[in-house]
Amino acid sequence: MPEERALTNDSAGRLRRRHIISYLFHIICNLSTWVGVVTLVVMLTGVVIRAQGSLDWAFLTSFDSSDPKRTGIFAGLWGCFWLMLLTSSFAIPIGIAAAVYLEEYARKGFLTRVIQLNISNLAGVPSIVYGILGLTIFVRYLGIGTGILSASLTMAILILPIIIIASQEALRSVPQSVRHASLALGATKWQTIWYQVLPASIPGIMTGVILALSRAIGESAPLIVVGAAIYISQTPGNIENVGQIFTEPSKLAKVPSSGFTSLPLQIYNYAALQAKSSFRNEAAAAIVVLLVVLMIMNGIAIYIRYHFQKKLKW
Amino acid sequence: MTTTNNQSLNKSFSFQRLKEQAIFVLLFLCAFISVIVTFSIIYILLKESVLGTKDSPAFFQQQNVWDFLTGTKWAPQYGAGNIGILPLLSATLMITGISAVISLPLGLASAVYLSEYSSPRLRGILKPMLEILAGIPTVVYGYLALVFVTPYVLKPLGEMIGINVGVFNAASAGIVVGLMIIPMVSSLSEDVLRAVPKGLREAGLALGATRFDVSSKIVVPAALSGILASFLLAISRALGETMAVTIAAGVIPKLSANPFEGMETMTAYIVEASKSDATRGSVEYQSIYAVGLMLFIMTFVLNIISQYVLSRFREVYN
Repeated sequence: MPEERALTNDSAGRLRRRHIISYLFHIICNLSTWVGVVTLVVMLTGVVIRAQGSLDWAFLTSFDSSDPKRTGIFAGLWGCFWLMLLTSSFAIPIGIAAAVYLEEYARKGFLTRVIQLNISNLAGVPSIVYGILGLTIFVRYLGIGTGILSASLTMAILILPIIIIASQEALRSVPQSVRHASLALGATKWQTIWYQVLPASIPGIMTGVILALSRAIGESAPLIVVGAAIYISQTPGNIENVGQIFTEPSKLAKVPSSGFTSLPLQIYNYAALQAKSSFRNEAAAAIVVLLVVLMIMNGIAIYIRYHFQKKLKW
Repeated sequence: MTTTNNQSLNKSFSFQRLKEQAIFVLLFLCAFISVIVTFSIIYILLKESVLGTKDSPAFFQQQNVWDFLTGTKWAPQYGAGNIGILPLLSATLMITGISAVISLPLGLASAVYLSEYSSPRLRGILKPMLEILAGIPTVVYGYLALVFVTPYVLKPLGEMIGINVGVFNAASAGIVVGLMIIPMVSSLSEDVLRAVPKGLREAGLALGATRFDVSSKIVVPAALSGILASFLLAISRALGETMAVTIAAGVIPKLSANPFEGMETMTAYIVEASKSDATRGSVEYQSIYAVGLMLFIMTFVLNIISQYVLSRFREVYN
């Protein structure tokens, strides 16, 4: 009897130990999930605190200055605006078209596999390599110059794989029955895609596009390589308010070739290049502006995703 | 009536059909652009660093490849002959190593938590949060390293153990890059963990295994190849990381094993060299392409391996 009892005690102890280990493991995994999130939230709070003194209207509407009190991100904001406008006008149509080809037209075969594999590989190429590509092709070989146009083309190539992959997923989620119904009614392949498949997949595509653009807004390494200005005191084409876009078309024509800077570049300048630590608060202020822009874009993407997902139930 | 109908059906040429063909060609060209991009990248990197033209010899036509790979001094501004990439390479590898030590275990643990433990509701909150963290621009991470990690974490730590911590240092760069790629490891690994069939988990639990046993002895081993692939992708991302390491680790090339010193990574060098006024065709200018080629090869190989492993993995369970 005592022997048997010892045995049960032992196994009960082992069982308890195993449950304790399992419990500890649960806690460790839980903590690991939060550790990155919490660290970043703490540091970003620090950024916001640092930004407080510098972030005001004058900061948003002034050009770069060697005096931290008078410097501002006006040129960077306009640079970002034009960069995004041109980048998206190149990348969005081409990206969606490529996705439509791969999902709707391509037959399974060697070429399609190569293109598909290639796109996922391009998504993993470091952004600085795209910078080298842009510098060589657009600035040197084609001689477009170091203005916004070269930078936007480079950025467009950079985000193309992201847009293609997101759009493919969106197209894939449209059920085959929609296509079959349209084709059965006599629509051609393109009519089916244009009037049925694309409208149904627009929410998914838009989400992907916005996320890709928010990646592009924060990107700075390729811009430096392509030759964007770090320190500049004029906006692209000297357009300084929205009205001028419509009233002075001659300025508009100068935009693609004009030098520019962007918000992340100004942050880099304030954080790392300017005289030791005197611009740190300005860097924090610029970061807050950049993060607010990104949060708005992400918010729109999340809104679109949830809003339309509810409506579209196949 | 019937005859005209037949005729219209048999019509071999119509505007509609031509349009469909044109659209097909156009769409194909758009898809083919990605292939052109890849070939252009490979072409320009090879041309400027290996092949060269008649007027301007390429980088490796002036600089011995072996000396380049084993040289310990990086000084391309003094001309070809004794340029060695080891200082840049070691800095890149050290920062990638530090970031891997931080992000791989944390990322995997959080993937296990998300797929095995968390309720769907909590997961619905955590996932978007991790996505947002993954979307923070890398300059911001660089700033965090310079302004928070180095002075408030590493400096006190260094004083405690009696090591001088530089304003720019590899450790802070590694830490922020690690934080940066946690979401990536976590979301990729979670995908592969969730692909493991539920039946395997249920069988384990039915035999009396605890959650820990199921996670560590069934789910993770079953998804091991996929997890490794996600690790490789994360490492390749860390290798190519640019702005965070440029800001945090500085731009002075130095061959050193001390992570508390400033050093220049390969990516930081490309940024620094393209900012400077090096004349086209000079060795310093061409060294951008040589370093770019090295970086491209390293990340490309890692990406190819992980793509291959992931696609094999998907075949097994789907």
